[in-house]
Amino acid sequence: MIVARTGNEAMAEAMRQINPDVVAAYPITPATEVVQLFASFVADGQVTTEFVPAESEHSALSACVGASAAGARVMTSTSSQGLALMHEILFIAAGLRLPIVICLVNRALSSPINIHCDHSDSLASRDSGWLQIFTENTQEAYDTTIMAVKMAEEIMLPAMVTTDGFIISHGMERIELIDDEKVPKWLGERKVVNNLLDVDNPITLGMLDLQDYYFEHKRQEIEAMNNCLPIIEKVQKEFGDTFGRYYPIVDEYKMEDAEVAILAMGSTGGTGKVAVDRMREKGKKVGLIRCRIYRPFPKEAMLNAIMKVKVLGVMDRADTLSTLGGHLYNDCRSILYESAKKPLMKNYIYGLGGRDISIEEIEEVFEQLLKIKDTGRIDKDIVYYGVRGE
Amino acid sequence: MMATLKELVQQGEKFLGGHRACAGCGATIVARQVLLAAQYPVVVGAATGCLEVISTIFPYSAWNVPYIHNAFENVAATMSGVEAAYKALKKKGKIDKDLRFIAFGGDGGTYDIGLQSLSGMIERRHKVLYVCYNNEAYMNTGIQRSSATPYGAHTTTSPAGTVIPGKLQPRKNLTEIIIAHEPAYAAQATIGYWNDLATKVRKALDVDGPSFINVFSPCRLGWAYPPEKTVAITRLAVETCVWPLYEYENGKYRITVKPKEKKPVEEFLKIQGRFTHLFKLKDQTPIKEFQAEVDRIWERLQKRTAE
Repeated sequence: MIVARTGNEAMAEAMRQINPDVVAAYPITPATEVVQLFASFVADGQVTTEFVPAESEHSALSACVGASAAGARVMTSTSSQGLALMHEILFIAAGLRLPIVICLVNRALSSPINIHCDHSDSLASRDSGWLQIFTENTQEAYDTTIMAVKMAEEIMLPAMVTTDGFIISHGMERIELIDDEKVPKWLGERKVVNNLLDVDNPITLGMLDLQDYYFEHKRQEIEAMNNCLPIIEKVQKEFGDTFGRYYPIVDEYKMEDAEVAILAMGSTGGTGKVAVDRMREKGKKVGLIRCRIYRPFPKEAMLNAIMKVKVLGVMDRADTLSTLGGHLYNDCRSILYESAKKPLMKNYIYGLGGRDISIEEIEEVFEQLLKIKDTGRIDKDIVYYGVRGE
Repeated sequence: MMATLKELVQQGEKFLGGHRACAGCGATIVARQVLLAAQYPVVVGAATGCLEVISTIFPYSAWNVPYIHNAFENVAATMSGVEAAYKALKKKGKIDKDLRFIAFGGDGGTYDIGLQSLSGMIERRHKVLYVCYNNEAYMNTGIQRSSATPYGAHTTTSPAGTVIPGKLQPRKNLTEIIIAHEPAYAAQATIGYWNDLATKVRKALDVDGPSFINVFSPCRLGWAYPPEKTVAITRLAVETCVWPLYEYENGKYRITVKPKEKKPVEEFLKIQGRFTHLFKLKDQTPIKEFQAEVDRIWERLQKRTAE
């Protein structure tokens, strides 16, 4: 069915069709609508979910942990400060290997307080052991929300699916919905290995691990993350085979003969593709790489993509405040260390706090990258693009 | 309704020995008595704290019932989620047993850092019994004050010094804060009156809604007394009215154990190291103030009972 939906509406629709056993959430801009719409589905009996309107994001995720441990299929939604307030429990959910899915609407972290998009919230949680999937548009947000449930349950790690705040969350697009009954059928039932509600076979969950066992248990969690990319690929393929929409680990756009490329995440992928088309019309050999699966970091697929070009502009919508540039830039520099051949790389930190990035600006970035290709010289490796006084 | 010892000892233990608690620990007696009193299969959650630390050191567990620990401040929220999952799965026919849910937290995880999530759990009417084992300080971090620490007590963050004689503020009256939420059932209890505690647990697990029991639970290290005195101290706390035993049900207060003769607070204070500095002061004002606070709360409680 073809419909017009905002990103938030699309994620809420996906949640309605998934019909999770428990949703525990607290509203926060710009993710509020996801919770709000879902509450109305509960009120209208369109889902059978137990909805826990928690008194904070910390408690919302804590309730998700309890519910998931009890064998339920569990989801929530949040943004920015809300994710930051969940931070402590993110690690516990992952450490307990509980498949919880967060519909995360990316928004800048305070201070200064700001309600618009950048990626500082999810990237501040990148080391918490959650799968992180950045979507480019409403269709992808909808499809990925459904896929993430299956990925999380098969891998036994929690997952966050992100949209860019206001850009995707509040922007309306044409999307294709799957028929209601097909979603739960495709997902199947959650398989629970250890169930807290099995009183005949009591388990103790969340034990105290001292120096004699903590490392081994952490190692198993790390191993799950190390080995899960094939499962993610499998689920994406199953989704494509069933519903006709296939998603890559790393999205490559016009990269076959590209000499320079930009690498970005989220909605900038879409804006960048238009810029690529315009540059191509002018005969410039440019391409775009979009990091869709950010955690686990897809080393092989990313290397394969970025090795194709002579110059790479890495677009980061957050800074690490480490003097070393953005997150994605650092990840790429890291995977390139052992390569004999490396593209020249420049880091563009852009769009913080919702500062717009236009097609024209991305074209300008391409021009700069092409100049680097011609001269072989980078004046400044990290730039704050689109900020006054830079 | 009243539990008998004969009946309780015939049950299998749900909180087992072999844990790492100190000799004379009150918290482990709370866990054991509460679980023995439960007449339904239960799922337990615990906040970070002594009880959690001593009972679940991997690969050993003292819990013979399903147990989950999440973090310090969120056992009420965690159990809200467990109870919500139970309701959802029961509705779908995936579970048929009649289960009950119990959250355990110390005074740190209940009076202080966990108060918000406890408030949320009761306001949303989750059918969970919250048991606070109240040892009046943060014990496994080295005896720091909490808002449950009584006036005049020495702790490492309210030390008895040359100028300041221990904690300067009286304790927070958490039971009354919880009652203001109008739970289905609330009570104060202690391990020295096991039958009173067991009866309250049974009532709490039978009501249709959230319930709360604040259990006075001595800590032999933090309070500095010989380990064999744990139960005796709880009886003194009740006899001096330092810890009145009462319950709140259907909008009514009831004192469940009335001391025959109200003893002076000195009798409770003098056997604990955390108060010895008060007796060395020339000026006995802190002890008088302690007595005045106990009297004030006891009188107010009696008035409420009469209403």
